[in-house]
Amino acid sequence: MSMHGPISEDDLHSWVDGRLDAARRAEVEAWLAEDPARVERAEAWRKSNELLHAAYDAVLDEPVPARLRAIVEQQRRRPGAVRAAAVAAWVTVGALIGTGLGYRLGQSSPAAADELAALPRQAAVAHAVYSPEIKHPVEVGADQEQHLVTWLTKRLGAPVRIPDLASHGFALLGGRLLPATDGPSAQFMYEDDAGRRLTLYLSVRDGDTSTTAFRYAQENDVGVFYWVDGRFAYALSGQFGRDALLPLANTVYHQISP
Amino acid sequence: MFSDDALLAEIPRLRRYARGLTGDVARADDLVQDTLERALVKGRLWRPGNLRAWLLTMMHNVFVNQYRAAGALDYRAPEDLPELAVRPQQQDGIEVRELERALQQLSPEQREVLLLVGLEDLSYQEAARVLGTPVGTVMSRLSRARERLRQVLSGQTAVPDYLKVVK
Repeated sequence: MSMHGPISEDDLHSWVDGRLDAARRAEVEAWLAEDPARVERAEAWRKSNELLHAAYDAVLDEPVPARLRAIVEQQRRRPGAVRAAAVAAWVTVGALIGTGLGYRLGQSSPAAADELAALPRQAAVAHAVYSPEIKHPVEVGADQEQHLVTWLTKRLGAPVRIPDLASHGFALLGGRLLPATDGPSAQFMYEDDAGRRLTLYLSVRDGDTSTTAFRYAQENDVGVFYWVDGRFAYALSGQFGRDALLPLANTVYHQISP
Repeated sequence: MFSDDALLAEIPRLRRYARGLTGDVARADDLVQDTLERALVKGRLWRPGNLRAWLLTMMHNVFVNQYRAAGALDYRAPEDLPELAVRPQQQDGIEVRELERALQQLSPEQREVLLLVGLEDLSYQEAARVLGTPVGTVMSRLSRARERLRQVLSGQTAVPDYLKVVK
């Protein structure tokens, strides 16, 4: 006599795997007890679980082979070297920001040209800091691209567009919000199949909606193309040569110009 | 993304499962290696949650691709199996050796289900997610796998006449 319906094969598996509540377990066991053949079969199933553990649990105590350990640890070593360079770059930029701030306090209105001059360095530092990052390269991943657009548009106060660089072999990883010297800025990161990363840095400019030509700057080993278009200043950074970066900058420009 | 330490900590469990799947030390570690490499490439798509289940899913995909590529080679006749495929240094009971051999006679799909549930202690729902199949498929594969093992281990051949549902 059963309270929860007939005993099914699924119930037997659940009994073997210890996944029944006490009431159902009692029902299953009462049913099993009615026929020795039932007990024999269920016990054989349970015995096979025990034998699986007897056969393979010893693997858990084996030392992890060096070749498997190395795969995981190589990932840790690679960004480490670049990280040291990024920290050095941060120290430099900290000094520059400090000097810049002093300059601004002393001089009431810095020229517009000087504002743009800070852009490639900010972009290059942001690139150097985040592009080697394995665990947290971005705050919001490419799988939430729409959310990324909405969020950054809100934070930057201007409509953000994310260029598609798939035709150059670069896939979007995602993006993050960054502090610039005078407000929020954003960074989008891309990666190609070889693991090379490219970042697009953008910040909003107040008032001035002029457009400038491409300019190129080299900050340590990071190449940066930067320009102003409408309300945004853009900087595309990558650790490869000017010739490789220019077609990418062109594509970005054509996709996101208003 | 997960930390390197979290990933390192999962390796023993992945090796145990792979050992059961392949019945061979070197093939098992090759499978783990491919799984780790894939996990590191795909790691940025991982969202905080059950890392072990995610890795097992990845291993399932690697395993399926490999045996598909090899043309369903994974059925091996008992006489083709190495006598001491696993842990030759250990003195196993005869039942354990019989089980190891019987396991390799199951289809890869049955073996995966049996190991995920019986060895790795996944719930039927978790196993279904890892394997990308409905729970009903997990249950039917589990029944076939357990019955097959029971027959092999008890020397039976015929499927017993058994009622699935009894009042």
